[in-house]
Amino acid sequence: MSSSDNLLVDTTTRIFQDLADPQTVNAATNEVWKTELWTALEESALTLAWVSDDRGGGGANLADGFDILNVSGRFAVPVPLGETLLAGWLLDAAGLPSPPGQMSVAPARLRDRLTIGPNGTLSGKALGIPFAGSVGFIVALADQDGMPHVVQIAPQDCTILSAPGLSGDGRDAVTFDSAAPVAMAPLPANLGDQALGLMGAAVRASQIGGALQAILNITTEYAQERTAFGRKISKFQAVQHNLAKLAGETAAAVAAASSAADTIQTMEDFNDSVFFETASAKIRVGEAAGEGAAIAHQIHGAIGFTDEHVLHRFTQRLWAWRDDFGNESEWAVQLGNFIANGGADELWPLLASR
Amino acid sequence: MSQAINFDPIRLPPEAEELRLEVRAFLAEEITNGGFDPTATIMKSGFDREFSKRVGAKGWIGMTWPKKYGGQERSFLERYVVTEEFRVANAPVTAHFTADRQSGPVLLKYAPEHIKLDVLPSITLGECCFCIGMSEPNSGSDLFAASTRATATDGGFLINGSKLWTSNAHQADYMIGLFRTSPCTKENRRHGLTQFLVKLKQSGITINPVRNMAGKHEFNEVLFENLFIPEDHVLGEVDGAWKQATSELAYERSGPERFLETFYVLTELVRILGDKPDARAAEGIGRLVAQVHTLRRMSVSVNGMLQAGKEPVLEGSIVKDVGTLWEQALPAHARNLSAFIDSNPTNRAAFDELLQFATTIAPKLTIQGGTTEVLRGIIARGLGLR
Repeated sequence: MSSSDNLLVDTTTRIFQDLADPQTVNAATNEVWKTELWTALEESALTLAWVSDDRGGGGANLADGFDILNVSGRFAVPVPLGETLLAGWLLDAAGLPSPPGQMSVAPARLRDRLTIGPNGTLSGKALGIPFAGSVGFIVALADQDGMPHVVQIAPQDCTILSAPGLSGDGRDAVTFDSAAPVAMAPLPANLGDQALGLMGAAVRASQIGGALQAILNITTEYAQERTAFGRKISKFQAVQHNLAKLAGETAAAVAAASSAADTIQTMEDFNDSVFFETASAKIRVGEAAGEGAAIAHQIHGAIGFTDEHVLHRFTQRLWAWRDDFGNESEWAVQLGNFIANGGADELWPLLASR
Repeated sequence: MSQAINFDPIRLPPEAEELRLEVRAFLAEEITNGGFDPTATIMKSGFDREFSKRVGAKGWIGMTWPKKYGGQERSFLERYVVTEEFRVANAPVTAHFTADRQSGPVLLKYAPEHIKLDVLPSITLGECCFCIGMSEPNSGSDLFAASTRATATDGGFLINGSKLWTSNAHQADYMIGLFRTSPCTKENRRHGLTQFLVKLKQSGITINPVRNMAGKHEFNEVLFENLFIPEDHVLGEVDGAWKQATSELAYERSGPERFLETFYVLTELVRILGDKPDARAAEGIGRLVAQVHTLRRMSVSVNGMLQAGKEPVLEGSIVKDVGTLWEQALPAHARNLSAFIDSNPTNRAAFDELLQFATTIAPKLTIQGGTTEVLRGIIARGLGLR
């Protein structure tokens, strides 16, 4: 992705620069800026970018949406932009209109399952739902007679146990028992039975890629400013090599995320290619998030561990995002079984086909 | 943002995928006909001039070069497919790969026309093998410390000194050598080195074997004693070799050979773990596959940038840094993941043998063609730290 060839990217970048500069918001004493940021994103049709024009959305293609998410990662986005994009995408896929305002999605963990009973109400519990306590609606995937359906639910109809999560943005336990959907429609079959897990993983991969790009810049600049033992720490070979490793992890994350995004953009169905690319991306990007955050903190020393420095805005979201929609281990077991099932002689043809 | 690291998700074009099918058919037929033995290529030797000639006859050596020098004027992405398919098939490419990847492009850029017309076509036919004369007893990673002298004389230069760790010098026809033509200056310690085309099979050159720890003879010591090199064999600017190095690095460092050298270990690991691995083995395979997929996507992306005429030196160095560390760590991962497999599946012995071999050669992977430390220095420079 290059930022100059895409109007949506430029618009998104400008909004975040103006209203969500990490330094400014980290020092803010209230959260008025969050409302202003959301209003600006909504007015530019970014929050419903993946909803078609005729259902009240931005009508952007999937690739553009992933580019928007990469930018949001560069600013350690503290509002449910990715979640709302995902919710709009699900509603739109099921032919349902999207409401304005903030939304989240459920389940956000691969093992959680929700069902719809004969009377049309939901049952089941989903853990780690981002922003569940503060959004207008939760859009969930739930099975009715074994068929996945998209349902739109008001959070006040659920029991929500709030928790801040690693990022402080909220990762809430939501019990859906007896909640009646505001809207409901079947999920098209071509999106398969892991639609939300895969799309959510690709969303987080794009955001992590962006956050690592920002961390690389912040850390490189810090190393060039900070003096110790009589010289800039960027002049120490040990520090240079750590930064080179950080660049390598960032590169891997960006490459894996954009490859998965490109695959989802190009494929009609959520087929084996989408699974292979997205699972690979979430694994590799999750590994890069852990390694990258550790290096960035090491180079920053004590200042990076303080509340007043912006670094934690990024690293805490890296840790939260790598857990959402399947962590590295969960996807790796799925991918490993997929490879084992194909057999040794199909491994290279599969890799080469991408 | 002070710098941007980007890897566009480039896909190989249809003509490259068509070529892939042709390459696979050729390789399958070679293996069936006994043209080469993949296991022997890994464990014993990848040097096979007759095989290289058959590859040359297909037009797959120097395939991006101009037709007047024997090339096919095909794209870097088509070459990429040929390189990766040959590598994964464990085909014996040693006799032509150095010339195809590095030496040919140097000649194309810096050799006089009559030398290009003389040497390049024979490379493309698989009849001409190159080695690289850079390291010396007292200069390895520190390339610019090279001290083997090239002294100007009537009509050319006299070479005295030695090169060391020179892979395949004993089998090669030519070396591209880096020799000292002037002392370095106070302002520029990289000044004073010149690249030369050196014909190896002549008097004035003595080549002695240096056996490696895997028991193979690949390394050599090359001694020069008053070797005369005519002045039209100077490649590029006298004293200015340092200016010529950087643009070639992206080609040399970003290819699939920079992460696929031990790939057979992963394939055989998947084979012996079978179709129902336990969670631990499945996770291990999943991570390794995700990592190598990502490396390949990075590498294809860099080659797409090269095809577009860019010079992605930073990105290319990153591919080699991350890629060589991955292929080096792969045998250790495979060792752990295979720990709980029965010792009696029929292919266990073959797996163990390959694993032992890969473990033995792993140390060289982060040394050859630029060490991890040197690469990280280049990446640090790319980040603006030097």
